Amino acid sequence: MRYPAFLQRVADLADVQPARVLTFSINGQMVSAREDETILTVARENGIAIPTLCHLDGLSERGACRICIVEITGSPKLSPACVTLARQDMEVITNSERVMDYRRKILELLFAERNHVCSVCVSNGHCDLQALTIELGMTHVHYEYLHSKHVVDASHDRFSVDHNRCVLCQRCVRVCDEIEGAHTWDVMSRGYLSTVITDLNQPWGESSTCTGCGKCVQVCPTGALSEKGKSISEMTKKRQFLPYLKMMRGEEKT
Amino acid sequence: MNRLRLATAWLDGCSGCHMSLLDIDEKLVELSEKIELVYSPLVDFKVIPENIDVALIEGAVSSEADREEIFILRARSAILVSFGDCAVTANVPGMRNKFSLEDTLSRSYVENATLGKCIPLDNVPKLLEYAKPVHEYVKVDYFLPGCPPPAGVILSTLTDLLNGRLPAIEGKTRFGA
Repeated sequence: MRYPAFLQRVADLADVQPARVLTFSINGQMVSAREDETILTVARENGIAIPTLCHLDGLSERGACRICIVEITGSPKLSPACVTLARQDMEVITNSERVMDYRRKILELLFAERNHVCSVCVSNGHCDLQALTIELGMTHVHYEYLHSKHVVDASHDRFSVDHNRCVLCQRCVRVCDEIEGAHTWDVMSRGYLSTVITDLNQPWGESSTCTGCGKCVQVCPTGALSEKGKSISEMTKKRQFLPYLKMMRGEEKT
Repeated sequence: MNRLRLATAWLDGCSGCHMSLLDIDEKLVELSEKIELVYSPLVDFKVIPENIDVALIEGAVSSEADREEIFILRARSAILVSFGDCAVTANVPGMRNKFSLEDTLSRSYVENATLGKCIPLDNVPKLLEYAKPVHEYVKVDYFLPGCPPPAGVILSTLTDLLNGRLPAIEGKTRFGA
């Protein structure tokens, strides 16, 4: 655990136990965790799969997509596993009928909200959103499509952003801020009008802060961010670099 | 032996799903002994018959003619299958939905035309404001996503229906396949 600077020295001197170890159950299986670990981390450590979309190893958690929701016995609401901390004796259920039903509904709402036309997408066949439809058994969208109007910004020399395919996971925002340190990306507006923007909503090509590193493109789960001139088979995302970059910076983000 | 009365329809789509149906290749011979194709762009029946067992619908519902056809097919079919991404999601035909109908027609028939610049009004069905998936108009029993759905999945779906089984589609095909 990273303490505030003024306490860190005290903690170092006192050799304080950094975190308490606690036990709880996931799907009836007893697991142990540090108190600063999330349900998602503990589940993965124990080989229990929870589907995610906005989560990416190496980036901070945002809890933006809600695909990782789980049931916690005694709580009427469903909780996102990626930002819910483990608690002593809690009972977590990751795969109940209710959870699976809501996950599918969330996924369908993502499809209804924007214009995801998989057949003509540069990420067709290697898209996290598309893969989730198979994983969660989604065959169609029960809701009416919004037919929302979004633009494509191809003003950058090497990259383009198609807002029709954005799921607002904010991976681009986080990687640009936390790994590249440029903070070119941010989010504008609220609700379904939310849009990722570069700088103060200037065209990407005119951004004065963008370093052109392309990390945002590599972490984007869909075809929203892509490299210009790349075909479908070429535009596979490379995300292996993230944990290494994080290590090199000596940062510890949980 | 009673053969399965199969209908296929081609609404606003590219006919790729029908091509994938034909891609079943030699298994078509075997299949043809068990089915009777009673209405389809592949045969020459002009009127939608009664008592259809299974109807495969390709394409989005995009015009008044599509909408009329889908209502009749639903009324006369025991099982209706959304056949391919256009029928399931509106897919490529649905890409016009974020533009107004006037802008779409003008772009196609005036701005990008070199000869006879005018929007056709006679002898063509009127376009609806939005191209929509089939299930936004009528009840759909099974969904076969894919652009197009792979031939093997079409065959297994038809085989399952022929044998009175529920088609097991999930995980075998996906959007954009």
